[in-house]
Amino acid sequence: MSNIFAFAETRGGELRRAALEAVTAARQTADQLGGEVRVLIAGAPGIAVHAAKLAAHGADMVLVVEHDAFTHYNPEALASTLAAGLANNYRAAFFSASAQGKDLAPRVAAKLKVGLASDVTEFAFSGDAVVAKHPGYTGKIVQTLTLKATPAIISLRPGAVLPKESPKAGTVQNIPSAGDPAASRVVVTDTVVGGGAKLDLGEAPVIISGGRGLKEAANFTLVEDLAAAFGNAAVGATRAVTDEGWRPHSDQIGQTGRLVSPDLYVACGISGAIQHLAGMRTSKTIVAINKDKEAPIFKIADYGIVGDVLEILPVLTEAVKAAKQGA
Amino acid sequence: MKIAVCIKRVPDMDVRFKIGANGTSVDEAGLKFDISDFDGYAVEAALQIKEKANAGEVVVISLGADNVQETLRKAMSMGADRAVQLKHDAPVFDSFAIATALAAELSTGGYDLVMFGRMSIDTANQATGTMVAELLGLPIITAISKLDFDGGRVKARRELEGSYELVECPLPAIVTIDEGIARPRYPSLKGIMAAKKKPLETKPAQVGEQRYTLDKMELPAERAAGRIVGEGKDAVPELVRLLKEEAKVL
Repeated sequence: MSNIFAFAETRGGELRRAALEAVTAARQTADQLGGEVRVLIAGAPGIAVHAAKLAAHGADMVLVVEHDAFTHYNPEALASTLAAGLANNYRAAFFSASAQGKDLAPRVAAKLKVGLASDVTEFAFSGDAVVAKHPGYTGKIVQTLTLKATPAIISLRPGAVLPKESPKAGTVQNIPSAGDPAASRVVVTDTVVGGGAKLDLGEAPVIISGGRGLKEAANFTLVEDLAAAFGNAAVGATRAVTDEGWRPHSDQIGQTGRLVSPDLYVACGISGAIQHLAGMRTSKTIVAINKDKEAPIFKIADYGIVGDVLEILPVLTEAVKAAKQGA
Repeated sequence: MKIAVCIKRVPDMDVRFKIGANGTSVDEAGLKFDISDFDGYAVEAALQIKEKANAGEVVVISLGADNVQETLRKAMSMGADRAVQLKHDAPVFDSFAIATALAAELSTGGYDLVMFGRMSIDTANQATGTMVAELLGLPIITAISKLDFDGGRVKARRELEGSYELVECPLPAIVTIDEGIARPRYPSLKGIMAAKKKPLETKPAQVGEQRYTLDKMELPAERAAGRIVGEGKDAVPELVRLLKEEAKVL
C-alpha cells in the first residue's frame, strides 16, 4: 500500500491556507486509494506547533523539520529533503500552485525524474495513472494530462480544493534536513509583507478587486472598506491598475499575475480584459459592478450591477456590514 | 557576462481558439505567433544587462520546428547576438522532456546566466527553467521582478501573494523572469535588418522521455449566463439578498 504526501506551506512561521488545501487533497485521495497521509512541514524551531491543525485536516503523520535555516523559505534544502522522503513508496505528492509551490514542486519532480502536473484544477486517480486538468492559454483551453510514474507530483491551483477537517492522529516525527540547510546556495535574506490587509490573495475566500473604473489610487479605500466589511476578504487589482502604480504588482490578478479561485470574487470597475478573466474565471461566484453594461465582465459574472462603482461601493459596504451583523 | 535566454513561440492569446482535429492541439489557422510574454521580458532584461556592462553576449535558444526561427529572429532584431534552434518537429508538452534538451545545449555553452520567462503563456506550467537548473546542478531563483548583481552574486526580488522575498545566489545561475522587470522593446528597423545577418544555428533537440501524455485539449465550460441584478445603488439590497440566500457566500 502506498501513501499520499502533502507539503505544508508556511510563511513567517505561519501555516498557509495552501497547506490545508494540499492536506485535504491528500486525505481525499488516501480515503479513496488506501494508505496514510504524511505531511511535511519545515521551519524554525517551534514550527511543530502547527502539527495539530494538519492532523485535524487528515494527516496521519506529520514529518517536522526544524532548523534556523528554515526561518525563511529555503528552496534547495526543502527540495532535497522532500525528494529524499518521497523516494519511499508514495503514490502522489500534493503541493499548492502558490508562489512558493510553483518554485518548489518542479525542483522536487526534477530530482525524482517524475512527472509534474502544474496548477491543477481537477484530478482523478484511476489504476496506475493520475488524470489532471490544467487550464492554459490564458484560461481559454483546458489541458487534460495523464501521469503514470510515481509519485505523481501535483500542484493544486489555490482554491481548487477547499480545506476540510477530517481528524487523524497526526503523529509527529522529527526528521533531519537532507544535507546542511545552512549551506544552500539560494538564500532568502528577507520576506517583506506589504500592504495593510490581514489576508492576502493566496489565503482569502473572498477577493474584492478593482480596475481602472476606480479612476484613481485614492479610491481604492472604497475597495479596502468593502473587503474589511466582509472580514475574510483580500484586495486584488487589474494589470492596468498595477501598471499605473495604484497597487503593488503582487496584487495583480490575471494571466500574468495571480491565478485565483475564491468563493466570491467582486470585480469593481473592471471591464474584463482577457488577461484579467484568465486569472479569476474559475472563481465560484462572481459579482461585477461596472458602468458599461456591454463590458465583457458581465458575460462571466453571476450577478451584475450596472452603474458608477464609486457611488455603489459605499452602499454595498454598509449593506454587507449589516448582513454580517445580522448573521 | 555571457547570457542565454530560452524563449518559446506561442500564439497570440487575443483570439477565440479552436481545438485541432486530433483533439490535443490548437487549430493554428489564422493565428499570429510571437515570443511568449514572460520570455520577452527575459530577452529585454538580458539586453539591458549587456548594455549596462557594455560587454558580453546574449544568445537566444528555442526548441521547436523551423517556425521558431522567426521567433529567434525577432529576439535578434531586439538585440540578441545569435540564436540556436533545437530542432524538434513534433510538439513536446512535458516540461521535463523539454528541460532535458535545453540542459544538454546549455551545459556546453559556458553561460554565466541563463534566463527564462517564469512560464510560457500557452501551456503555463512554470516548470521548465527550474527543471533545467536541477539537471545542470545550478542555483535558480524563479519568478523575479528585480535583478541586480553584486560581486559575482545574483540579488533578486520574488513576488509572493501580498508580499515579496529578497533572494540571493552565486553565479553561474538561472533566473526566471516575472512581469515588472522591464518592458520589451520594439525592434527598430535597423535591428530588423541586422537580425537577418546574425548567426542562427540549427541542431537536433535531444528531447527526453515524456513523463506525461497530453490526452485532450478542450474549451472550458462556459459559465452559466449571469444576470444583471439592477442599475445603480438601488440594486444593492437585491444583490446582498442573492449573495446570502442563493450563492450563500455572505
